[in-house]
Amino acid sequence: MTVVLLVCAVILTVAAVCTVARMTKGPTLLDRAVALDMLVAIAICALALEAALNRHIHTLPVLLVLTLLGFVGSVGVARFTHGSDDIDAERP
Amino acid sequence: MSWAQAADAIAGACFLVGAFLALIAAIGILRLPDLLSRMHAATKPQVLGLWLVLIGLGFRLREPGAIGILVLVALFQLLTTPVANHMMGRASIRAGQVREELLVVNDLDRVASDHQEPRGAP
Repeated sequence: MTVVLLVCAVILTVAAVCTVARMTKGPTLLDRAVALDMLVAIAICALALEAALNRHIHTLPVLLVLTLLGFVGSVGVARFTHGSDDIDAERP
Repeated sequence: MSWAQAADAIAGACFLVGAFLALIAAIGILRLPDLLSRMHAATKPQVLGLWLVLIGLGFRLREPGAIGILVLVALFQLLTTPVANHMMGRASIRAGQVREELLVVNDLDRVASDHQEPRGAP
């Protein structure tokens, strides 16, 4: 079981590195927000793997909080991107 | 091959496939040309990968108490990720960051250009 979780950890690390690469390279702010949302999901997977390795349920509520945190972060960025919809605020 | 070993085997398989799907999502988000295509890569394999990891965790922990939280996390992830990424795609279209040459059909042309959304609804 430990070997399987180790392989999964390596795969998730590679996925996280790709996501951080997109976050640094992402031309627009929204690319970075999408990559950030994915990084949160990868963090949730990593936490689940850790909970599976040590067989405890202490960190399960953290998964729930992280899910909502990622969502609120993305929605916040989408809402307040320049020119996204606040028509009156941008009128010169 | 007791039930515990079988459950561990299933959990291991679910973890591997879930982590592999997360890797596919990461590669997709890195290589795809446009935000709208990256959006698809970031949501679908990611949610499926997370579901598999949570199912694997359910098999691994074998605790009825933990099933509730796992189902809740899976449900929230399934509901929130598409909504968040849809809003980001919509915001990128409104902010004018869409590369026209990549689009086959631009359905939003008639809607987005003249339609004034009420405040607070991207």
